[in-house]
Amino acid sequence: MQGKFTDNLGKVYGLYTLGFLGFFALMAIFEQLGAGARLIGILFLLFTIAIYALIGYLSRTTQVEEYYVAGREVPALYNGMATAADWMSGASFVALAGGIYFGGYPYLGFVVGWTGGYVLVNSLMAPYLRKFGCYTVPDFIGTRYGGNMARFCAVVILVVASFTYVTAQINATGTIASRALGIPFEIGVWFGIAGILVCSMLGGMRGVTWTQVAQYIVLIIAYLVPVIWMSNVQGFGLIPHFGYGDAVQRIAELEPQLGVGTAPAEKIAGLNVLTNLHNSPQGGYDSWRFFTLALCMMAGTASLPHILMRYFTTPSVRAARRSVGWSLLFIFLLYFTAPALATLTKLQLLDPNLATSVIGKTIEEVNNLDWIKNWAAVDMLRVIDSNGDGLLQINEFFMRSDIVVLATPEIAGLPYVISGLVAAGGMAAAMSTADGLLLAIANALSHDLYYKIIDPKADTKKRLIAARVLLLFIGVAGALVASLKLTGILGAVAWAFCFACSGLFFPLVLGVWWKRANREGAIAGMVLGFASGALYLIYIQNGGTQIAGLDGLRFGIIGMPISLIAMVVVSLMTPEPSKEIQDMVDQTRLPGGKTILDSAN
Amino acid sequence: MSDENAQGAQRHWEKTRTLTIIVLVVWAIFAFIVPWNAKALNSASFMGFPLGYYFCVQGSLAIFVALIWIQNWRQDQIDDELGVEE
Repeated sequence: MQGKFTDNLGKVYGLYTLGFLGFFALMAIFEQLGAGARLIGILFLLFTIAIYALIGYLSRTTQVEEYYVAGREVPALYNGMATAADWMSGASFVALAGGIYFGGYPYLGFVVGWTGGYVLVNSLMAPYLRKFGCYTVPDFIGTRYGGNMARFCAVVILVVASFTYVTAQINATGTIASRALGIPFEIGVWFGIAGILVCSMLGGMRGVTWTQVAQYIVLIIAYLVPVIWMSNVQGFGLIPHFGYGDAVQRIAELEPQLGVGTAPAEKIAGLNVLTNLHNSPQGGYDSWRFFTLALCMMAGTASLPHILMRYFTTPSVRAARRSVGWSLLFIFLLYFTAPALATLTKLQLLDPNLATSVIGKTIEEVNNLDWIKNWAAVDMLRVIDSNGDGLLQINEFFMRSDIVVLATPEIAGLPYVISGLVAAGGMAAAMSTADGLLLAIANALSHDLYYKIIDPKADTKKRLIAARVLLLFIGVAGALVASLKLTGILGAVAWAFCFACSGLFFPLVLGVWWKRANREGAIAGMVLGFASGALYLIYIQNGGTQIAGLDGLRFGIIGMPISLIAMVVVSLMTPEPSKEIQDMVDQTRLPGGKTILDSAN
Repeated sequence: MSDENAQGAQRHWEKTRTLTIIVLVVWAIFAFIVPWNAKALNSASFMGFPLGYYFCVQGSLAIFVALIWIQNWRQDQIDDELGVEE
């Protein structure tokens, strides 16, 4: 049965995609027949989540190898899709375009950082970790450096980074569920976590893999269709990606006329007015901000365990490499669309020659637009006539940055069915990432902490029960923290990247690339890198002065060099690793032969 | 491991390392040096885009994708050539 399934992947997912498009068409017909936006939104969410749950149920397993690494039989192309879904979180789907809309040039560091990181994954990590044959990232650290202490440090960093990240994702599922289903956020969060756990509890990595492939298909359709549709309705060309250069230039013309950059007369918590220029790099400090952000995001990409562990599931080292190529291609599809979306949506609001524009119109006229009314009703948008002239100025238009993607279909006057599609896409993005993260945490605790450190004699059944109990427990803890709404989505995501790169980047890279690296060095690198990054974050969060403009998005710039120096210095001060360990590193570097862990057994 | 194998393995690692260094240099150019100089590049234009902006939203991204595929193609060649493929 299992063999049959992996042989027929093309057919299965082809039919699934057709089925989803058919459902979309059916919803469009419903809308024509008079179904309301609310009903369509509910149907979209319930239908897609029911499919993921079904896949999760069908992928249930009692095999350790299947639970932890999906039986190591996921072909490169599908692993690429699953990684792309694992990777693109609620933040990428919902918040990225809004960030570009409001943030301008420095914000593009996220776009470059979150794609360029895969070059590091491919060059430095994925093929070697696959050859190693580990189940989890701490498994690599523990075996390469030896000893429970190194393994334990890696588990701690993994848990902190991934847990920070997962609360943001559960938060996103709660937001989407509450809006689409019309339930309070606190209940929406529990609805979200239930959907997430159904996909991962029964089948572990195997269930998560096959639901993530399905979720990628939904999320990429949901991202591309509205942008392309909008572009055609508004006359920006058949495929907008290559022709929006004119729009960028036009925005630059309009910005001085409209007074972009004037601070608003009042502040509203959570809402922004547009004050940054769309494309105006100033060099110097601006370039530094871009560079530090991109570097943290790239090194974080290459250290986040939920991404690295996806490459443990391929049949071979070569397939692992190839699947990194597919991953980035699939991620690229969304990332090169987001700036087009941000630019065209901004132009539609700003350009007085376009029918959709709002800036410069009378306040009364703007307040009568349907989409303004809808979003103002949920406090995501506000129009305030600060100077009392009855006309809307750019600094009187307040909007939450997260809604740029969600509101685009309505701004452009597209049918409701598109909004339902976007909600389903956002849900898929947040759920798939949350699944990967929860599994990374639960697997590290069940495999590394429980099985390897606490009870090495535990039998398979006991190990898998422990893994599932932990998954449930961490999911519930994540939902509890998420319902407290401590940080914004994007801030928490950037923290996770900085935690991961501060503590894990160099111990992972040097584990393969520097034979001399030993246990003492790795422990020093993990502890000092992670602690210095975390302490710096606590310091600036409590009002401390930032060093060189390094804020909470960039504290990896503090942690990484300290980690590197500590690891090198301590390694050189202590004896070199044993002959066996050095031979193991040699073997790791060769693609052929058995995995390291298999030959050890 | 026999001597011949060990030698092959060593040559394989040298070639792999050189390839990796080249890839990382290209990566650093498009990840850091080009965006750092976006202001200067913006005075040129490409397909209607200011050039610096173009690299930050599309150019560098596309180069990363191509870079990974080219690296993998070359790495496969190295593996096959030295007989260390799986």
